[in-house]
Amino acid sequence: MREAIVVQARPVPGIPAGKVGMWWFLASEIMVFGGLIGCYILLRLASEGWAATAAHVSLPLASINTLVLLTSSLTMVLAFAAVEQGEHRGVRIFLLLTVLLGLMFLGIKAYEYSTELASGFTPLTGLFWSFYYAMTGLHALHVLGGLVVNFVLLLMSLGKGAWPKVQHRVELAGLYWHFVDIVWIFLFPLIYMT
Amino acid sequence: MHAIEPAFWRRYIFSTDHKMIAKQYLWLGLVMALVGGFTAYLMRWQLAWPETAVAGWGYVEPDFYNALVTMHGTIMVFFVAMPILLGAFGNFLIPLMIGAGDMAFPRLNMMSFWTLLVAALVLLASFFVPGGAASAGWTGYPPLSARPIYTGVHWGLNLWILALALEFASFLMGGVNFLTTAINMRAPGMTFFRLPLIVWMQLTAAVLFLLSVGPLIAGAVMLLLDRTVGTSFFSPEGGGDPLLWQHLFWFFGHPEVYVIMLPGLGAALEVLPVFSRKSIFGYRLIVYSTIVAGILSFIVWAHHMFMSGMDPRLAMPFSITTILISVPFAIIVFAMIATLWRGSLTFPPPMLFALGTLAIFILGGVTGIFNGSAPVDIYIHDTFFVVAHFHYTLFSAVFFGGFAGLYYWYPKMFGRMLNEMLGKIHFWLTFIGFNAVFIPMFLLGTGGHMRRIYNPLQYDFLTALQPLNVFITLAAFVLFLGQLPFMVNVFWSLAAGRAAERNPWQANTLEWVAASPPPHGNFEALPTVYRGPYEYSPAQIAEEWMPQNRPLVPRTAS
Repeated sequence: MREAIVVQARPVPGIPAGKVGMWWFLASEIMVFGGLIGCYILLRLASEGWAATAAHVSLPLASINTLVLLTSSLTMVLAFAAVEQGEHRGVRIFLLLTVLLGLMFLGIKAYEYSTELASGFTPLTGLFWSFYYAMTGLHALHVLGGLVVNFVLLLMSLGKGAWPKVQHRVELAGLYWHFVDIVWIFLFPLIYMT
Repeated sequence: MHAIEPAFWRRYIFSTDHKMIAKQYLWLGLVMALVGGFTAYLMRWQLAWPETAVAGWGYVEPDFYNALVTMHGTIMVFFVAMPILLGAFGNFLIPLMIGAGDMAFPRLNMMSFWTLLVAALVLLASFFVPGGAASAGWTGYPPLSARPIYTGVHWGLNLWILALALEFASFLMGGVNFLTTAINMRAPGMTFFRLPLIVWMQLTAAVLFLLSVGPLIAGAVMLLLDRTVGTSFFSPEGGGDPLLWQHLFWFFGHPEVYVIMLPGLGAALEVLPVFSRKSIFGYRLIVYSTIVAGILSFIVWAHHMFMSGMDPRLAMPFSITTILISVPFAIIVFAMIATLWRGSLTFPPPMLFALGTLAIFILGGVTGIFNGSAPVDIYIHDTFFVVAHFHYTLFSAVFFGGFAGLYYWYPKMFGRMLNEMLGKIHFWLTFIGFNAVFIPMFLLGTGGHMRRIYNPLQYDFLTALQPLNVFITLAAFVLFLGQLPFMVNVFWSLAAGRAAERNPWQANTLEWVAASPPPHGNFEALPTVYRGPYEYSPAQIAEEWMPQNRPLVPRTAS
């Protein structure tokens, strides 16, 4: 009797492709911010006088912003929880809240920038300020990108047909949004609390 | 499986099929290679016969020479090597070799090509803006690159930064695609240790690129701010440090050279067993060596900076790590040689180019030891010794490895056979021309001939070396002209070449199971994998080769 020898196939890891892709993308983004923040730390340790000029950033405003961004991560998680429970209305509400909180973050940041520029602290004022604007500016651009994605997801969730896609993408957008939040968690103490 | 072929635009221009995208990358890389080669032609003429009019061009001004030096490196690394070795080979082969129908993210794949095309157009446009193209070297060191007043180049360098940013974005997208596809879409039975070695190389390259490019993106943001807004990240008079750029650049730059080297070595590693009819020696050893080399590549970068004025105490640790990294590559070289040993060798063009890869790479690796040792580098840094070294390592993997892969997979990609005689002529002209160009450069380097200079005759101590410069330039003409047989071969074959069968080389890996060229979706039925990729002349089996997807059926006892 002829029998074909069949090797048992090992199952490919059961993680959806979008998630694998998002994690690799976040790994590269970690290196971007890690590089920038690493340079800031090294140069700050090597220089004098940065603490004095850094005193001119607004700790109260940044603390409010930290609270805002952290809360937006919470609402993003709640949106994902609603997705898992099939709560369509919950998904829309929490996505909307996330977008609004993100807009609030950017608004406060814009206000901060305007007061600092008016006081004469421009990117050219010194190396600390160059880094301040570069790091928070790059972060703000990433927040804006995440906001656009979340807003598009919100629009998609208002329609009727796209639910499987929305479900999957809320999770991926959530991963990205948490990353943006974590970058701020690093920026906040390094810029505002030292 | 699609019964209806899409219309012209969706099939050839806005395709999401990985095979078509791979060909788009290939053509882009080959066209940019002509541009990059032309910059080399102009430079070599200027070095051999300084301040004479170049035939077919005219007089090369000193500022333009600096732009040529810069653009030659930028084009060859970012717009030739990466598109051909990663964009073309990676895109074409990964789904086919793992038994998948396409990449994990086909539309992202399409976007990655178009981003690169825009990047290439931005870079080429920079030649025509006022002030000319970027001319601070492909390494773009500040303050030369940070303050437009030093080079006289304004928009050219800004466009250079933009082109590189787009190129990075393109290959970040591609890298995410490669890794997700290989992790998630392998056919049943295709475990990681049954993957062909070139797939391991592509994945390692993708990881290296993803993790190393970040700090340079940060640095590019800083450089752009320095140039446009007037910050002083890299300017000492504003409190910044030029060395900061060098650290950021080379932290990426060194893993980057392995990003382009590994897939080229991978192509040679695919070709050698097939034309030795013998299994690869030390498959797992090669995989582990590749991973170790990849990890080490992150801690050698300051060997590019021994003469930069950085803390001299850094010289010793970076010399040690640099010399250490030669070990895994030596293991790979020995494994290649052991694969050939006592094999039934035949020498069609893919095999010739694979053997060329091996031979040239040995010379490149050995001369790396000299460069990696800080005391020796003090003398040879910024001389032609370095230029010769990196052309040996890069040319071996990118050029010879690239052509090994092109000749080998051409039948699968285009459904035609290339002419073998033209291929052999191409190989020998390239091999002889290449060595004739770059071996004398080692002599120039030890004689003290500096890199990137416009006119060697301005230096008394270099006049004795000038005959070498003339010889090198004449040899370079041979190398350039030696590429004509390949171009003729491709055009003739596409027009009237013999149709290729499914598996003209009788190779085991999964891409040879599909038709030549494969249709949309690749395989008629999803393959199942039963063994590794290099079962040639296996023991106790009558067949001389065992494809990965062929089940083993034992003889009945009688």
